[in-house]
Amino acid sequence: MASNKSRWLFALGTLLFAMVIRPVAAGEVNAAVAANFAVPMQQIVELFQKESGHAVKVSLGSSGKFYSQIKQGAPFDVFLSADEKNPKLLEEEGLTVPNSRFVYAFGKLVLWSAQPGYVDDKGAVLGKGGYKKLAYADPKLAPYGFAAKETLEGLGLWDSVQGKLVTGESIAQTYQFAATGNAELAFIALSQITKDGKVSGGSWWLVPASMYSPIRQSAVLLSSAKDKAAAQAFLKFLKSEKAVAIIRNFGYDLH
Amino acid sequence: MTVFDPDDLQAVWLTLKLAGVVTLLLLFIATPLAWWLAHSRKWYKGAVAALVALPLVLPPTVLGFYLLLLMGPHGIVGELTAALHIGALPFTFTGLVIGSVLFSMPFAVQPIQNAFEAMGKRPLEVAATLRAGRWDRFFSVAVPLARPGFFTAIILAFAHTVGEFGVVLMLGGNIPGETRVLSVAIYNHVEAMEYGAAQWLAGGMVLFSFIVLLGLYLTGGKSWKVTR
Repeated sequence: MASNKSRWLFALGTLLFAMVIRPVAAGEVNAAVAANFAVPMQQIVELFQKESGHAVKVSLGSSGKFYSQIKQGAPFDVFLSADEKNPKLLEEEGLTVPNSRFVYAFGKLVLWSAQPGYVDDKGAVLGKGGYKKLAYADPKLAPYGFAAKETLEGLGLWDSVQGKLVTGESIAQTYQFAATGNAELAFIALSQITKDGKVSGGSWWLVPASMYSPIRQSAVLLSSAKDKAAAQAFLKFLKSEKAVAIIRNFGYDLH
Repeated sequence: MTVFDPDDLQAVWLTLKLAGVVTLLLLFIATPLAWWLAHSRKWYKGAVAALVALPLVLPPTVLGFYLLLLMGPHGIVGELTAALHIGALPFTFTGLVIGSVLFSMPFAVQPIQNAFEAMGKRPLEVAATLRAGRWDRFFSVAVPLARPGFFTAIILAFAHTVGEFGVVLMLGGNIPGETRVLSVAIYNHVEAMEYGAAQWLAGGMVLFSFIVLLGLYLTGGKSWKVTR
């Protein structure tokens, strides 16, 4: 009995030890990443970890939320925002490493339906009506929501769709409304429906870039990580050809 | 700075309306359910009790997500409502009511059930010997004796619905006057960095919750004494 117990204790001790003393990677990067960039980020991180030996921990969320959290001292090293506004604000407040900000992707807006054949390639379905709900992200919170509002205003449809609009708090929730079929139409990011360079399902209209202000998804190095080699290496990798290829593959533009 | 803009006032009114409707519905649903749970000896009673208590454990987003799927056009409930020409329930006030009834169910059922159980069989047996019929026994004996339980259930169900967030966020679509309740309005103000507006609403909510709970503890205690 006693030896049995001590064996258990030993096993438990080993387990605890293994949990505390994990092999330490060369370095660790804590990244705050805008939700629309979730999937490309995953691929980029995988490649980066393999090549550099550094580990990257990704937190997903809305850019505005990350802005508030970073201001309150959240322990992030790099911030990949969905816009340019939030990184710029942090920069003005002295919370980023000077001159570290750059655009890592230009976002593309699509009008999407989970139903194949529902959206035509000119987006005429918007004006025709016949749908009950049109989902978009809150324009105050999400750059893609703002772009959707600009598009609707440009088409002269902003007033007429008011009764049909449902608002997602993020672009991820907006996608969810359409993916579950609860909204026939949704303005979302092209990256959300792109897999291996192709749109993965439903029907869509790629909104011409001239209809909305550019979605300049910007990354910064936060000042708390100014001496962290792993964080700097990651941002450098984000600009590399390999990363750029992945980013383009998900439907983002890069100029 | 304006204290409340009309949109926020609308959110306050909508929240009270939602909580009122949900509480009333829950009284009708929770009372027979609590009665059955207090008296049944069926083997599946435990399973029913566990089902009722599930929202206590589950993150509201889980409930909200499943409701969104179920009530959507490809879900069972969604297909049913479409066949009945009611239309889709997500993004509607009715949809929120259904979600909230499920979410606040344990807060209504458990206090009433406890009250029924605490009363025991004795008063009902006595009433039966006095030839009171089943319904008479229920309404003239059981309900008055269980009054403190009902009181607690009403307050908790109402307050819990006012404080609900996850289900509404997942199911609502944030439509002013239809699904934008207080908690969602506060969340949106905070997200948009409108901390001033958020504080007025959030502060009001803290005060409201405190008053409700204070009332519960003060009068709840008294009515226990009266009936005991």
